[in-house]
Amino acid sequence: MLSDRHYHLREHRATIGAAAMFFVVFALYIAKHPAGWTIPVITTAANKGVLLAIVAMAQTLVVLTGGIDLSVGMVFVLANCLASHLVVGSPLQAVGGMACVLVAGALCGLVNGVVIVRGRLQPIITTLATGIVFFGLSLGLRPVPGGDVQADVADALTGTVPGGVPAMLVVLLVVVAAIWVPFRRSVTGRAALAIGSSEAASYMSGVAIARTRIVTYMLSSLLAAIGGLMLTFVTYSGEASASIGGVYTLNSIAAVVIGGAVLSGGAGSAIGSIFGAFLLRTIGDLLFVFDLDPLWQPLFQGVILLAAVSLGGVRLLRMTDRLELYR
Amino acid sequence: MAPILQLVDIAKRYGGVRALEHAKLDVEPGRIHALLGENGAGKSTLIKVMTGIVQPDAGRILLGGTERRFAHPSEAVAAGIACIFQELSLMPSLSVADNICITDPPRRFGLVDRRAQRRIAEEALARVGAHDIHPLAPVDSLTLSRRQMVEIAKALARDPKVLILDEATSALTAADVQKVFALLKRLRAQGLAIVYISHRMAEITELADDCSVFRNGSHVATFAAGTRSDAQIVEMMIGRDIQHAYPPKPAPGPERAARRPALETRGLSWNGCLHDVDLAVRPGEIVGLGGLDGQGQRELFLALFGVLRGTRGEVLVDGAPVAVRSPKHAKDGRVGIALVPEDRKTDGLMLPMSVNDNLGFASLARVSRGGVVSRGRERRAIAEMVQRLRIKVSDVEVPVGTLSGGNQQKVVIGKWLLNAPRVLLLSDPTRGIDVGTKQEIHVLLRNLAHEGAAILLYSTDYAELIGCCDRVAVFLDGRIVRWLEGAALTEHALVASALALEGAAPPSPHAEAA
Repeated sequence: MLSDRHYHLREHRATIGAAAMFFVVFALYIAKHPAGWTIPVITTAANKGVLLAIVAMAQTLVVLTGGIDLSVGMVFVLANCLASHLVVGSPLQAVGGMACVLVAGALCGLVNGVVIVRGRLQPIITTLATGIVFFGLSLGLRPVPGGDVQADVADALTGTVPGGVPAMLVVLLVVVAAIWVPFRRSVTGRAALAIGSSEAASYMSGVAIARTRIVTYMLSSLLAAIGGLMLTFVTYSGEASASIGGVYTLNSIAAVVIGGAVLSGGAGSAIGSIFGAFLLRTIGDLLFVFDLDPLWQPLFQGVILLAAVSLGGVRLLRMTDRLELYR
Repeated sequence: MAPILQLVDIAKRYGGVRALEHAKLDVEPGRIHALLGENGAGKSTLIKVMTGIVQPDAGRILLGGTERRFAHPSEAVAAGIACIFQELSLMPSLSVADNICITDPPRRFGLVDRRAQRRIAEEALARVGAHDIHPLAPVDSLTLSRRQMVEIAKALARDPKVLILDEATSALTAADVQKVFALLKRLRAQGLAIVYISHRMAEITELADDCSVFRNGSHVATFAAGTRSDAQIVEMMIGRDIQHAYPPKPAPGPERAARRPALETRGLSWNGCLHDVDLAVRPGEIVGLGGLDGQGQRELFLALFGVLRGTRGEVLVDGAPVAVRSPKHAKDGRVGIALVPEDRKTDGLMLPMSVNDNLGFASLARVSRGGVVSRGRERRAIAEMVQRLRIKVSDVEVPVGTLSGGNQQKVVIGKWLLNAPRVLLLSDPTRGIDVGTKQEIHVLLRNLAHEGAAILLYSTDYAELIGCCDRVAVFLDGRIVRWLEGAALTEHALVASALALEGAAPPSPHAEAA
């Protein structure tokens, strides 16, 4: 019989792979960067990376159930616009505003979940529609870019903590510890994986499918709202930008796939998605340190993404029973 | 003893179709109650009612004397009714332990306690005698037989009062079947009420204390096991006499032996699962593949059908060597091999699509010109096939998934017959199929052979191999260990050589004479 370690390793194989890829690419980036391993470089990289990482975590939860959430980017933008109105004034008022933003995010997820579960609609089309609604709300809140944010909180969360560690990384760790770890180990998280693995078998096993789905979409939007809040602290303003929303949605899906989650559901880890998001960000920055024409960036990024995703297909080459390909 | 679970006058209709009417069943603790009936007799619906998957239109369910209603499977599970389904209810990408504890995982501080969960899983696995399954292994890394053992462990981990097994042994290897039987007898002694459904009469004879027969959604009779003969039971099930179960075989003559084999393999090997398989099938012949389940029979079919990569050895079709690259190549007119796969629901049919589309898929090239399908020619060909196979369907546009198992299997066979194959491979085509349809398939196979087809039939039912086949190759560990034919083709010989028992060594001609 194989050892426990074998199975643990097998379970985390994809996450370890994504982390390894990120460290290699990031080392390359730092090595070529004129300033190298200095606090400003690391902090900037962390601030950009963590924003996408949180949105990618949001996407992961839904992907585990076999769904997809095309509204994460729009919830991200909506939270940003909302925060630029609410997270102002005294630090205490700002904290109250932050709570409001997070509640609003969770409500967006509740809408997604209820419509999908009660209306028995496809997640892809439901979240496409609700995403547009959320963007409409954002435009209403911020017809033109602007607004403000409580500067003390913003500086504290986007700077560094003693020891030179970017504060955003600490925020990310807190988010992982407060949301992902309990989710993964709760009955709801287990049920989410079960639904993604086989919905019929879950039903037959008496899994609470409707509740699990709704909670998962709520947590997903909550995470996206946390991301949007952090974006406000990085930019000191709110902007209802359709392109930001779209880019974050699509990149979150890419990060989830690089992180090793299966798009049809049932397997994956938010930790893998975080490294997937970091990797995507670093690839984008790589061009600058290599002095390539920025015009080439999309092409370059696309090719790298394709290569990263293809790594997941390598095992298919070893398959001698072709029927396995379709299972 | 008082029954623990009673179903009284249960009725259920699906649309206009009657699935159950005045169905009744009393299940007593400490006894194994077998449900018998053809497919479509209402057994599955009855189980769905018991387990809360469907709601009856009328009737009462009494559990321990009190009336209950199960609106959802989880309510039946909570009430102590556990069911092991024919279609597995496991989540493939989750680990064995996750699966066993999915309904009610042990918790600490609100989170799943993995250590306690692992202990529960280990105990449950040990209880069914599956010590070799690692609790952390993902279910999709296990073979079908092992998965079924996990399924049984999962049901038992809930500590049920009533355990229902719906064709639970059909996917098991012989060794696992014995383990499960021993377990069921032990559970019976411990006072569990067990409902057992199987199409294998031998299993029912061995296990059951009580038998209830259903036909057309109604209860026909309940009697103590052993008080009716098999023939009487079968008669109750189908309401007609089945004397001539198998069509007569033509006498093997020198004329048939002289024909060039339609299909021949020489030293066919693959990946440690097939070793030097030599066999030949002549037109007009039905050659059986025997042996225990999972000895390479399935792989042989997949290899012949072009599914496997990296096969070694030679395959000859009509005397000419061919390397079959894919199923598309296999069905090509110059090769002409058809495979009726083991699992009709996943590999044989597109369940949500219509009967018409499913029947037409393999032979579209025959009824189209320049890539355009001639609807008229297709419709005529399909109508003819529906009539020939007597597929019971009101309209060929209904989804094939709504048909009974027997009719679904007829659709799979019909799909390939439309392509007029010269070699037909059938992998356990009558598994889980009612007696009447089984018989029709047997007659059909003999007729096809008569018309010149070469047929390879793999079956887990020894009686079927003996009744249908001209010769049988017994497989063990990916090798043919023995050929049986004529008078030597007996159940005893099949079982003995499948298990490589004494006296099963390939006999010399002298031994045969003696």
